[in-house]
Amino acid sequence: MAEPVHADETLKTPLHAEHVALGARMVPFAGYDMPVQYPTGIMTEHNWTREHAGLFDVSHMGQAFLIAEDKSHETVARALEMLIPSDVVSLKPNQQRYSQLLADDGGILDDLMVTRVGAPGHEGWLYLVVNASMKDADYAHIRSRLPKGVTLNPKDGLALIALQGPSAAAVLSEKAPGAADLPFMMSADVQVDGIWCHISRSGYTGEDGYEISTHAGDAAKLWRSFLANPEVKPIGLGARDSLRLEAGLCLYGHDIDTTTSPIEAGLIWSIQKRRREEGGFPGAARIQREIKDGPARVRVGIKPEGRAPAREGAIIATPDGREVGIVTSGGFGPTINGPVAMGYVSSDVSAVGTDLHLVVRGKPIAAKVAAMPFAPHRYKR
Amino acid sequence: MSTRYTKDHEYIRVEGDTAVVGISDYAQAQLGDVVYVELPSVGKALAKGAEAAVVESVKAASEIYAPVSGEVVAVNAELEATPGTVNEDPAGRGWFLKMTIKDAGELDALMSEEQYQEFVKSIS
Repeated sequence: MAEPVHADETLKTPLHAEHVALGARMVPFAGYDMPVQYPTGIMTEHNWTREHAGLFDVSHMGQAFLIAEDKSHETVARALEMLIPSDVVSLKPNQQRYSQLLADDGGILDDLMVTRVGAPGHEGWLYLVVNASMKDADYAHIRSRLPKGVTLNPKDGLALIALQGPSAAAVLSEKAPGAADLPFMMSADVQVDGIWCHISRSGYTGEDGYEISTHAGDAAKLWRSFLANPEVKPIGLGARDSLRLEAGLCLYGHDIDTTTSPIEAGLIWSIQKRRREEGGFPGAARIQREIKDGPARVRVGIKPEGRAPAREGAIIATPDGREVGIVTSGGFGPTINGPVAMGYVSSDVSAVGTDLHLVVRGKPIAAKVAAMPFAPHRYKR
Repeated sequence: MSTRYTKDHEYIRVEGDTAVVGISDYAQAQLGDVVYVELPSVGKALAKGAEAAVVESVKAASEIYAPVSGEVVAVNAELEATPGTVNEDPAGRGWFLKMTIKDAGELDALMSEEQYQEFVKSIS
């Protein structure tokens, strides 16, 4: 039960003082001093998000623009398509897609959100959101691969707030009429209490909701404005992790990394048809082969029997003791009211319902391959 | 009846020939929502400082160490179905195990209630 070390060089988000004032327990995460939970605790925060609306500070994430000098979407989209396997060219203005920055061997350097900026005067702009822990490496990688005429512009002056849960649409619509009509994975520029916000109908909880980008200087006012609604409570990184795990969503550095391909990770849905056929992204030969022949191992959901959580690093074996994989994320799912996990297993034991053993503290516990998400997605389609 | 504490936030409360072991209120608050407790089998011999149990919160697993040497004579089976009892009543219904005390002298090396409260203040 060691207390987290508070290093002086730890970065703070524009909402840091808000978290401290709310009594959050702060922990170092990806170089930032972040709230892992507020006084009510992870379980309450998790359940509140599933039943009402949770407010998350995710300002530690990297927000950047990729800009084509010739103001052409085609130019900037083609440049990014050299680095990621998703179809960027076909994005409509304000449309968002999930994708991955790929290494030359098809391993995943990071996962990210890509949006075609729709605001007037921004033709040829893409908006990227990348993981906090990877942003410096991502920016260096992207810059090293950009053609002439396309530049990367990281925006340190932006905050990012997620509003997630079944009440999110009603809460935001009160302040930004029309927000409830925004389709999943689409974005818009709106005013909330006179504050500019770029909102997208997306998130990392499996619930309906929004990710809201705003100027750092306005973030605290916006944060307080949302919290004034009794349907909204602040949610820390602890519940963010249990929510995304139940939703079957990957956490970079755990469920996906440079040793895993998007196909092994079950992310083929993020590679649109044209890209699967044409290739033209890093690792395309491997990824096309894995699509055709099937990968040797795949990411699966795993439901341990009983109550004991199996955590990251637990060995996965067959009931007769053959080692077939490893748990990459695992813990307790408050909505499931039991342990849940995900990990990579040999493809021959990846069918839903397959009996497996997870080795927890040296002892095998019975488990089954389970369909993901564990908690059904409730996106606004 | 005296309760003694370890620096790892276990308590041990002597009740006649045996002692009740659990975690302090400070420890349960630090852990957050307890979702699983792995208890030793009755009859297991524990050396002072050896792993006696594992308590899991939503976030992480933490080991619970034997405050003194002795043998496990009972475990709190209710924690299997209601692990949250550790949060609600750590000193009472949220106990982990009962054990014999091999060497009462080992208790003297642990903190008194007053010393433990001072210790908690010094680290919070």
